Amino acid sequence: MLWNTVLLALREIRRNVMRSFLTILGIVIGVGAVITMVTIGGGATLQVKQQISSMGSNMLMVSPGKRLGPGQSSGNVPFKEADAEAISREVGSIAAVAPVSSQSSQAIFGNQNWTTQVTGSDNQYFYVTNRTVATGRQFSESELRAGAAVCIIGETVRKKLFGGQDALGEKIRLQKLSCEVIGLLEGKGQSSMGMDQDDVVVIPLRTLQRRVTGKQDIGMIQVSVQQGASTDKALKDIAKLMRERRHLAPSDDDNFNVMDMKEISKMLTGTTELLTALLSAVAAVSLLVGGIGIMNIMLVSVTERTREIGVRLAIGAMEREVLMQFLVEAVVLSSLGGIIGIILALAASIWLTGLLRVPFVFNGPIVFVAFLFSAAVGMIFGYFPALKAARLDPIEALRHE
Amino acid sequence: MHVEGATQAPLIVFSGVTKVYGKGNATVEALQGIDLCIEEGEFVAIMGPSGSGKSTCMNILGCLDTPTGGTYMFRDVNVGMLTRNQRALLRRHYQGFIFQGYNLLSRTSALENVELPLLYRGAGVRERRQHAMEALETVGLKGWESHTPSELSGGQQQRVAIARAIVTNPAVLLADEPTGNLDTARSREIMDVLTALNGDGGITIVMITHEPDMALYAKRQIHFLDGLVVSDKPNGGKG
Repeated sequence: MLWNTVLLALREIRRNVMRSFLTILGIVIGVGAVITMVTIGGGATLQVKQQISSMGSNMLMVSPGKRLGPGQSSGNVPFKEADAEAISREVGSIAAVAPVSSQSSQAIFGNQNWTTQVTGSDNQYFYVTNRTVATGRQFSESELRAGAAVCIIGETVRKKLFGGQDALGEKIRLQKLSCEVIGLLEGKGQSSMGMDQDDVVVIPLRTLQRRVTGKQDIGMIQVSVQQGASTDKALKDIAKLMRERRHLAPSDDDNFNVMDMKEISKMLTGTTELLTALLSAVAAVSLLVGGIGIMNIMLVSVTERTREIGVRLAIGAMEREVLMQFLVEAVVLSSLGGIIGIILALAASIWLTGLLRVPFVFNGPIVFVAFLFSAAVGMIFGYFPALKAARLDPIEALRHE
Repeated sequence: MHVEGATQAPLIVFSGVTKVYGKGNATVEALQGIDLCIEEGEFVAIMGPSGSGKSTCMNILGCLDTPTGGTYMFRDVNVGMLTRNQRALLRRHYQGFIFQGYNLLSRTSALENVELPLLYRGAGVRERRQHAMEALETVGLKGWESHTPSELSGGQQQRVAIARAIVTNPAVLLADEPTGNLDTARSREIMDVLTALNGDGGITIVMITHEPDMALYAKRQIHFLDGLVVSDKPNGGKG
């Protein structure tokens, strides 16, 4: 009997294809928008999480300047190499400390040139940033101490300068410095900020200071906390040490900034999750509006089909069968809208995630919930018109013009 | 619900049926005490001017309305005692309706229109199709199954409506001015179909009409006036 009712409903929808389509448009857009938002938001969150874990979740970044907000700082009193040494010496449960300084520079090999980030550091840098030298070797102690003209290059730089050629042992030019490629870094892909992490040339810190920038400053200190140790405690210890070394009075604010990757991770994913929730809420409102649209059309439909309802009652339809017919019609309509919305949302999500370069994460539960919700919208907003139809007096209904 | 009655018992018995509309001083007495008995297999024409109560009588016959006073027995069942849903079931299983305005579902094929009562009976697809095809063949519309009402003439639409009424093989066919919207030639076609159904199928037919020509097709004529039966006599023939 239920199948027959569904069949009747489908026949009704087929009788009025254009109107049915317009009726469900609200549901289509609502469901589509909710699923698209959640899918893209989920992809963005996953991407941020992946990239942060690829940076090493137990990493701390110590940079000069006051902390104003995420990624902002002001007032620069730069660090010296001695600060990094002090951290590694005086703070407990530290696995590695890497002083890092960077400078944008052109790298030239033969007739190829490429503008890249030249980073000066030591071998700890690879550990702290979770990078490995894929081929070749790390810096030797003497190279680091003497500031030798050697470099380890990222995958993007290798591709741009050498193409298919073997890079190891070749010499590339960084401004006035000509240095030998002794190693190639393993590829890491894009960072959460959309930066290419493979677009990098690493040289010994001393080489950078003496022969590229000409300054003794270091840009920041990257610290890796021992596995299992508390990053919070390390963070506080470093902050305390830095305040001492920078002679800050208790009333002064920090003129440096220690950032915890977990903190950044939470902040970034929190932002995307909040945005997703907000956008989904807006989209959910359109589902509600879509439901009202269905109720409106069903009410019109009941009035328009009063005679038909009279015929059905005269033929022997019972009250609950007429109720069921209109209810099922509303539910079938809205579910159809849900299904179309889901299909459109998946297509849009695949397209948009490709465009925004975030991973496509199929969120099964949200698709299921959106479908159930669309069906429920039909049920709720279809009930009143259906009841109105079922309560009609057959004689009056048959007389209706 | 099943209504089993002795075969000899009359199909329809009205005893002192009255119908009053409205309340207080504004009441209208549409039926003022009707006694009527219709046997299985009869073909009855109900005639009378508008306001004579013939439509009210038809509504009560068709269980769409209940009498204010008196009793209406359909195959030994007191219809006045039935609930709205029970009356719906009685209509579904034992009665077929034909209206003046055909009342077919628009944009729906003839076949699907005829299948409609079977859908409410919960018949299977094959059974539905088969019975609907047979009914359409009976009314002479074989080959028109896939046409929608707008593609059919008035006479053809009324024949689809007849097919819809007889597809469930009802005990009685109630026709409310079935030829009211048709010209004489089409009216005669419809009356021939009804006569054949009454003769071959043995279906009892009760028909309201205001055209004496059409009433002549029936075997018995009942005249209504001011809510009362003024004459009730068998027909001589088709004139």
